Amino acid sequence: MNEIIIVAGLGILTLLAEIFNFKKLLMPVIIAGLGATLLISILELQGSISNSAMDANVLSMLDFDRFAKCFVILLTVIALFWVLINYNYFLDESSRADHLALILFAMVGGYCMVSYSNFVMLFLGIEILSIPMYVLAGSKKNSLRSNEAALKYFLMGSFATGVFLFGITLIYGTMGSFYVYDVRAKTTATEFALTPMFTVGVVMLISALSFKVSSAPFHFWAPDVYSGAPTSVTSFMATFVKTSAIAAFIRLFYTALPFVPDNFSRIFVVLIVSSLFIGNIIAVFQTNAKRLMAYSSISHVGFMLIAILFFTQATGVKALYFYAAAYSITTLAAFMVIKIVAEQSEGNDNISAFNGLVKRNPLLAGTLTIAMLSMAGIPPLSGFFAKYNMLFIALSQGYFWLVILAILASLVGVYYYFKIVIAIFTGVSVSTSSIQISFAQKIILIILTLLIIGMGLNGWVFEMI
Amino acid sequence: MEIIKGIPLTSYILLCSILFSIGAIGVLYRRNALVIFMCIELMLNSSNLLLVAFSRYFSDTNAQVFVFFIMAVAAAEVSVGLAILMMVYRNTKTTDIDALNKLKF
Repeated sequence: MNEIIIVAGLGILTLLAEIFNFKKLLMPVIIAGLGATLLISILELQGSISNSAMDANVLSMLDFDRFAKCFVILLTVIALFWVLINYNYFLDESSRADHLALILFAMVGGYCMVSYSNFVMLFLGIEILSIPMYVLAGSKKNSLRSNEAALKYFLMGSFATGVFLFGITLIYGTMGSFYVYDVRAKTTATEFALTPMFTVGVVMLISALSFKVSSAPFHFWAPDVYSGAPTSVTSFMATFVKTSAIAAFIRLFYTALPFVPDNFSRIFVVLIVSSLFIGNIIAVFQTNAKRLMAYSSISHVGFMLIAILFFTQATGVKALYFYAAAYSITTLAAFMVIKIVAEQSEGNDNISAFNGLVKRNPLLAGTLTIAMLSMAGIPPLSGFFAKYNMLFIALSQGYFWLVILAILASLVGVYYYFKIVIAIFTGVSVSTSSIQISFAQKIILIILTLLIIGMGLNGWVFEMI
Repeated sequence: MEIIKGIPLTSYILLCSILFSIGAIGVLYRRNALVIFMCIELMLNSSNLLLVAFSRYFSDTNAQVFVFFIMAVAAAEVSVGLAILMMVYRNTKTTDIDALNKLKF
């Protein structure tokens, strides 16, 4: 709960900074504030700070249990890295304070989504996260691509919201409560039987949340929005928004509807298999790096959904947490390089822009290579262990064919990740000028690379939740 | 009031499902962004109506409070949406969503 208060406070402070003109001081204050949020959330997880009146089920709306606290830490780490990486995004734009405030308010939505104990808060969290994202996707006002991304995201996002809301209404209609533990008590009772209204409600809820995590066949918005939005915003959508949405998705079954993944396993299998194949196969034909990352993120969602299918297993939530952490850090590193390279080549973010990157800047080339190898699932990197954990659970549950399909799909993935790696090392660059990056950017790149390598070798992220 | 109490819950569910379907079909079928906005509003409002009906049926005021939340969120969403639409209109001089075809496979 403290995290929500601090970050919302920072958001209001940012808006005030615009009015009272102390914008120069703003970035250090925001970074310090996010650092403090991270520190507090870690101390809360350890139990050094306990604010029991606030943390235990605030008015039966938000419940900061261990799951929520761990995801709050992950989300804060992602946001902190994001602000450090995109420091200059807020310096370039004329109205940087508004954009920063929108990001901070979106963070509040993300925190609500990982800690809700009431369907009302789930709905509000999703909306608080989505509405700033609609604005940010269109934040390049004169670019037609950015406009199109914003309008598409808005129209499809609100449509999903409508479906989601009707799903909640139908579940309320059968259960008589929005409180997730009441719903859980009723659905686990022996006399409980599936009614058509309840089934339709659950299916609507699953479809709307699949839309929010951009899993196929609800993925149509993702490639357009990811490639049209400014690169900084895309990296926020691919990491923070996706992690909070997938956490909200699994928390729904973790708290309210534990029987659903078993009873509706066919729906999840369709979501998983289609995400894996559509994501990986269409990515092969992409020439734009951001679109490629969008399709790659769809395939990663396919892997993450495996954990939702088997969330009742002891390691299910752990595997999801590790996957989300590994995926987010890797994506942040990849987008940081894409952003720097695209800025150097006048906004050209096609794969050809990476030709001969190793000669222009070895550090950028190395980071992007490590990130791509990790996403492809090459053994010592964190991406491999993330996929291994997921497949191990599926295998232990006897879903042998699902494991085979997942491995086939990620073999296709290796092809297009290596396309970028090959472009970096053997491509002939149009411009031979070396890319200059600041000392701070070098440090961030090195930290991200070390995290990608180190997270898999050391099990503490896996054991945290 | 007496007449309203006499209407069974099933009728409300049916009415709201029809309203929701009209909204959903409108979103999928219409090509004008403003009409799509209105169809989305129809979808949200069908949920509102159903929530109030359930709230009366269960004698539980939580749902009616939720309706206010939904109204506030819908207002925020539409204000953002109209701003985005204005921005698009300035660049393309149309509200037809078929004009948006720069981002393609």
